[in-house]
Amino acid sequence: MNDTPGTDSPTTSGAGSTGTAAAAPASHANMLNLKLKVWRQAGPDVHGHFEDYTTTVADDASFLEMLDYVNEDLIRKGDEPISFDHDCREGICGTCGVMIDGQAHGPQKGTATCQLHMRKFNDGDEITIEPWRAAGFPIIKDLVVNRAAFDRIVEAGGYITVNTGAAPDANEIPVPKEASDSAMDAAACIGCGACVAACPNSAANLFTSAKINHLNLLPQGQAERYTRTEAMVETMEEYFGSCTNYGECQEACPKEISIDFIAMMNRDYAKSKLMNLRRLGQKKIG
Amino acid sequence: MTITLDAHIPKGPIADKWTNHKFDLKLVNPSNRRKFDVIVVGSGLAGAAAAATLGELGYNVKVFTYHDSPRRAHSIAAQGGINAAKNYRNDGDSVHRLFYDTVKGGDYRSREANVHRLAEVSVNIIDQATAQGVPFAREYGGLLDNRSFGGAQVARTFYARGQTGQQLLLGAYQALARQIHLGTVTLYNRMDMQDVVVHDGRAQGIVCRDLITGEVQAFSAHAVLLCTGGYGNVYFLSTNAKACNVTATWRAHKKGAAFANPCFTQIHPTCIPPADEFQSKLTLMSESLRNDGRIWVPKSLDETRAAADIPESERDYYLERKYPSFGNLVPRDVASRNAKTVVDEGRGVGPLKNGVYLDFADAIGRFGEDVIKARYGNLFDMYERITGEDPYKVPMRIYPATHYTMGGLWVDYNLQTTIPGLFALGEANFSDHGANRLGASALMQGLADGYFVAPSTVAGYLAGLLGTDPMSVDEPAFVESLSESQGRIDKLMAVKGTETVDHYHRELGKVIWDYCGMSRNKAGLEKALAEIPPLREEFWANVRIPGDPNGWNQSLEKALRVSDFMEMAELKVRDALHREESCGGHFREEHQTEEGEAKRDDENFAYVGAWEYAGPDIQRDAVLHKEDLVFENVALTQRSYK
Amino acid sequence: MTQAMERREGADAPDVNGPHRSSSNLLIDFWRSAVGKKWVMALSGVGLMGFVFAHMFGNLKMFMGRTAFDAYAEGLRSLLYPIMPHGWVLWAMRIGLIAMFAAHIVSAAQLTAMNRRARPIRYQSPRDYIAANFAARTMRWTGIIVALYLLYHLADLTWGWVNPDFVHGAAYDNLVASLSVPYVAAIYLVGNIALGIHLFHGAWSMFQSMGINSPRYNGARKAFAAGFVVVTIGMNCVFVVAILTGFVGS
Repeated sequence: MNDTPGTDSPTTSGAGSTGTAAAAPASHANMLNLKLKVWRQAGPDVHGHFEDYTTTVADDASFLEMLDYVNEDLIRKGDEPISFDHDCREGICGTCGVMIDGQAHGPQKGTATCQLHMRKFNDGDEITIEPWRAAGFPIIKDLVVNRAAFDRIVEAGGYITVNTGAAPDANEIPVPKEASDSAMDAAACIGCGACVAACPNSAANLFTSAKINHLNLLPQGQAERYTRTEAMVETMEEYFGSCTNYGECQEACPKEISIDFIAMMNRDYAKSKLMNLRRLGQKKIG
Repeated sequence: MTITLDAHIPKGPIADKWTNHKFDLKLVNPSNRRKFDVIVVGSGLAGAAAAATLGELGYNVKVFTYHDSPRRAHSIAAQGGINAAKNYRNDGDSVHRLFYDTVKGGDYRSREANVHRLAEVSVNIIDQATAQGVPFAREYGGLLDNRSFGGAQVARTFYARGQTGQQLLLGAYQALARQIHLGTVTLYNRMDMQDVVVHDGRAQGIVCRDLITGEVQAFSAHAVLLCTGGYGNVYFLSTNAKACNVTATWRAHKKGAAFANPCFTQIHPTCIPPADEFQSKLTLMSESLRNDGRIWVPKSLDETRAAADIPESERDYYLERKYPSFGNLVPRDVASRNAKTVVDEGRGVGPLKNGVYLDFADAIGRFGEDVIKARYGNLFDMYERITGEDPYKVPMRIYPATHYTMGGLWVDYNLQTTIPGLFALGEANFSDHGANRLGASALMQGLADGYFVAPSTVAGYLAGLLGTDPMSVDEPAFVESLSESQGRIDKLMAVKGTETVDHYHRELGKVIWDYCGMSRNKAGLEKALAEIPPLREEFWANVRIPGDPNGWNQSLEKALRVSDFMEMAELKVRDALHREESCGGHFREEHQTEEGEAKRDDENFAYVGAWEYAGPDIQRDAVLHKEDLVFENVALTQRSYK
Repeated sequence: MTQAMERREGADAPDVNGPHRSSSNLLIDFWRSAVGKKWVMALSGVGLMGFVFAHMFGNLKMFMGRTAFDAYAEGLRSLLYPIMPHGWVLWAMRIGLIAMFAAHIVSAAQLTAMNRRARPIRYQSPRDYIAANFAARTMRWTGIIVALYLLYHLADLTWGWVNPDFVHGAAYDNLVASLSVPYVAAIYLVGNIALGIHLFHGAWSMFQSMGINSPRYNGARKAFAAGFVVVTIGMNCVFVVAILTGFVGS
């Protein structure tokens, strides 16, 4: 079991409980003195706790660069750096993501953690950083979680069955521009998990509906539309909570994907039970 | 092992080579395919496409990625588009023109036969991606839209908003997911490749470090495909994702795979300049911005006024001045080099004087802010998020940054390295872009290799192994490789020095950027060769890696990667020093025309420089092998954009 | 050919709710999914909202005096009489209502349990909600308050257990006797406000759960919910105040 601070004395965090300021980089920018409360957890099955750090960073640094400074300082002192997931740092790979002051990806709308910059904060702010919390996203270490459940949802049906080489000429499938644009809105999902993190129920309906509707909206995706919807919804429900239409996911989504897609998925899921029954009937007849 | 470079280019006219070759390749009977194990390392466009396709064909595929999900590979960050010779616009495009443009754009340092094949299969890629549901931009009639990209004279670029790479990768990832679901592909996520196992003269498998448990494990197969991307992060600051690394290809190189043209790196002209010395990476702004933005710097060296206060007469629109016909749309290498020249002169802009202006005032005046917003709104928003400046009001500041590496493992026409059974696909190989890559060609090459080339050529290799089992991982070759990899980890952990991995990476990056970046000269390259080995020694003597190697340890992950960059960097500089010519992304100051343009030496350097690893003193030991490039279908000319 | 996925802790998805137990019966299969249960909640919600509205509408008779109101109460028993025997339709409606309540409450309970499983460890720092308003976040509490209030309401005016002056059949007098007592009126007001808050989210949310959406009309869904609450619950509160202040009474 992971633990909560209530059962873990803050004094046990030891010598490193308060880091000192990282060396202030020479810069033209304004410098911010910050207090950080960062969730530290050595592994999946051990107690975690918040640890306090102070740091001074330039306001043109990104949020992750701020964590980089803190980490360099920790390493030089011989402490373990804060683990956090990140990669492209331009808001497209979906690897990064933490709760910042109680908001997934922090206070800026439509922005992944890596694209959040420190100028959104003020000198003297205390910033609380916590990992995504969901049973479907177990913590690996500190701020790093395991999001493999998203892959399982896609594997259940988030594709169009077409073997390499079997495709007709691309322009043989006209797609109404509106459908294509709408599919692209859904396909913009970066799979970061902020929707699950922000949802009070840890529901993954925004992610799943975006993946489903990207394909369900296109003519190419019609053949498997209802088997896809049924399989992906039911796989989603193996790992996550249920949608009660809070709308938090839409606010947290760095790509601002609309909860309209959730409604569309709900409609298609109900239809899928009928359509798939018909399909099974056809199978028997055929 | 001595290396002989045989490119295995098929005979016959260039347009028939690939068709003929596919007929000549041996096939594997569908019922025999499941008897073959294939390892694919990397899950970007090349890796995911190859793994999915091989899985569809019926092979047993194992795909490895250090990410949590295959969808995170850095192919996802490509913005602009993907070229294909569809000629949907009826503007004179053809397979031959795409082939010609790519060879010319690569400054005649790529292999004709490979490039022609790339142009041929480009059309199949668009078909495949569309059928998979990639939401390419469309016209109101429902058919696909195209745009002209990177100065191409035909509109052959397909795109999905500014997220083409993401959408194509998701297409490949979804195809891969289907195969994982069907059980033909096994996914190993959060697994970092450490070594290639070579035995009996062929690749037998790989060794990986499980990033979660820290355990080093061996996997064997009949063939290994490296789809592990480029080495742009040798510069520390680049547009590459933070985890991009050279480890897989460098380890293969040390096991006998020749490394070709490591000095060929592409510097992308439109990136946001670093704001301070703790900058962790550079962000690319799509090249399409140059269609409407005008690039300029102040004429005066000690200009202090804000951009808007500098009168027209005191601005230098240097690209328009020097290249009246192409203007701001000159190819990437030319645009980048000219930006460096003006910044080096001291005419750079911004607080650190490290950029040039990309000014939209004229375009906004001509079309109105709404039109510009429709075209570039998301890019402008991104710029504002990063810099805090509003590009509708003040000009953007841009500066070149490392973006793509044309060099990579040497491969023959079959994409096989000099180690039989070891293939390299996508950016990891050197094959198609010569000394400079054209815009919207990287996605094309990754997918061409993965979907269409490797599945045929790998089968041709596997057919010869029918009846042999993959080697047991208990065999000495595997045990040795495992202990070697574990030894490297133990050695790094044992250093217990005082400096961080990032510190050394940054130091290395500075050396390479200063001396082997946008322009290079003999003295600088020699200085770099003198500086790298001591830096490497210091790294191995003084790096500090806290924590436990037997578990999640991001410092250790980075240290393993940086230790390979430390070696690879030396080969890169060595290669740059030996290539006494300027071509594409490789600009040697000694070799330029009177107007300051790159001067090729086709007489002496029309070859692929493939290096063989022959000992730890890389600058002394590395052995150069040359594959002469023969141009039968394209006449060599000097590129001119005047 | 098929290889087992190698399960590695930390790299593979965890077990949380277990796989969907499919059934060959269409409705059972649908019910076993969370999306299906949300449909059930939405459909039963629609029915219950219809009841709430009709109940409010019928109660308007109180402004027409004792005779009209008592006739209305008696009329409910003789709905569709003589086609149906006396009282049968009312009982059928009651059974329908009970079924809808049961479906609504069982779905809610099961979904709540699922949501608890989905986040066994809460956030350890305060959340900063943007979209999730008070109504949405308190659905299960307002739901419980409404259920308790409903039981009280039945005990008060249908069974008469908590109403000392209760006379079977004298609907108007019972109502006035009850709501003239300030604490009883307060209970009614609290119950109705809870119901109003519940419906403010529920009457919008049901559209979403049933996939009734269109970017053009999405604004209208929330306006409908707000309008429904203002009209129905507003009027219910007016009833209470009207009796408490003696505007309606003997």
